[in-house]
Amino acid sequence: MAQSLAGGAAAREPGLLQIAGLIAARELRLAVRHWDQVAQPLIFFVVVTTLFPLAISPSLTELRNIAPGVVWVAAMLASLLSLESLFRPDVEDGTIEQWALSGQPLPLMLLSKTVTHWLLAGLPLVIMAPVVGTALGMPMSVWPVLAGSLALGTGCLSLLGGIGAALTVAVRRGSVLLALLVLPLEMPVLIFGARAVDLAMHGEAVAGPLNLLAAVLLLCLALAPFAMSAAMRISIE
Amino acid sequence: MWLWFYKLASPPYAYAVAAKLRPWLLWSAIALMIVAAYGGLVIAPPDYQQKDAFRIIYVHVPAATMSLSVYVVLAVAAGIGVIWRIKLAHAVAAACAPIGAWFTVLALATGSIWGKPMWGTWWEWDPRLTSELIQLFLYLGYMALRSSFDDTQRADRASAILAIVGVVNVPVVKYSVVWWNSLHQGPSISKLGAPSITSDMLWPLLTMMLAFMLYFAAVLCDRIRSEILKRERNASWLSGVMSTRAVGT
Repeated sequence: MAQSLAGGAAAREPGLLQIAGLIAARELRLAVRHWDQVAQPLIFFVVVTTLFPLAISPSLTELRNIAPGVVWVAAMLASLLSLESLFRPDVEDGTIEQWALSGQPLPLMLLSKTVTHWLLAGLPLVIMAPVVGTALGMPMSVWPVLAGSLALGTGCLSLLGGIGAALTVAVRRGSVLLALLVLPLEMPVLIFGARAVDLAMHGEAVAGPLNLLAAVLLLCLALAPFAMSAAMRISIE
Repeated sequence: MWLWFYKLASPPYAYAVAAKLRPWLLWSAIALMIVAAYGGLVIAPPDYQQKDAFRIIYVHVPAATMSLSVYVVLAVAAGIGVIWRIKLAHAVAAACAPIGAWFTVLALATGSIWGKPMWGTWWEWDPRLTSELIQLFLYLGYMALRSSFDDTQRADRASAILAIVGVVNVPVVKYSVVWWNSLHQGPSISKLGAPSITSDMLWPLLTMMLAFMLYFAAVLCDRIRSEILKRERNASWLSGVMSTRAVGT
């Protein structure tokens, strides 16, 4: 009897991919229902880049020099802004506590959540970046490198930021603290990303910084889920 | 073999050991500092290019080395605290952070003072300087995270995770001079086989580094003791220590 019960439980035990899929589906459904919140970081990204022509100079030749940095810094800030909502609502209503108690691997669940978050917050930036870049005077030939570096880079930002978000989620008014913790860790990503775009604008080889970005992304993918889960267990206890 | 380790992890014992070690560490640090300062400022010959201005390295290099080493000590202590759940290790990590931050500030400030006559600028956005600045931000972030929790135990474990993640920056700072073609000069002393400076310049520098380490250990003893006082303020052994001292004096 006991054996058959255990066997039944094992049969109903969801596989790892199924867990990740269920969480991703839930996240996407929530995002569709609150699509205006999803759009906010993207609007922020466009607004911030608009500030630079106003503050520096409307001349495209001047803007072109700083365009890679401007786009990258704006993307970094937009990604930081979206991190605030990565875990907070689910921690406040107890969802993540249930995840932690469910006996399923918490690192995997948080990774799935973060990847979905990237699809909603990072990918729109990647798609929007060429438009913004062109407005700042970037030639069209740079588009692939700009989008590619941002695709790799925003992934790193989401994962590194996820660690910071998990650490600060229990802290009241944690958003300034989150920026203070996460930005120093993200600086290498910014350096490589902006450098790749800058090299592309001068028509030079970009494989070096892009490879480094990909390496950082793989490192984050491998290790960040465990750091996130350890941080989350502290935050929700 | 592990007995001393367990013993050291108990706050009353560590409190007493830190108190005993502190004068030895502090006085030997001061003695070595005087010797090294004499060697560096008087005996060492002026540099053929930089003349006497190079002498600031006797503060700059040890401070910069310590800014990284202290962070490693901090991260190792935080790791021990997380893995073996030793409260004292967290206290050590907490005690390291402000000291390390000040070493980083000292390294940046002396570098800036040296940079003005040598490079003609107070600040240069060069990889070494920038990554050292990031190191300072990491210390500040660590301290900010720690202070944002009311509960010491949660602060301990949350900040430990940040400290461990932040370790990746240490090799980046250390090798930034080698990896990037930078304005900052390459390391002078790590090439043990053939150091690129003369022995008259080298020994005061090494002595000064040792002095800084001892000084760090001495200040760490003080800070650990004050951390223990703060954390164990309700413990009975502490009121025992305090009352015997009050009777003694």
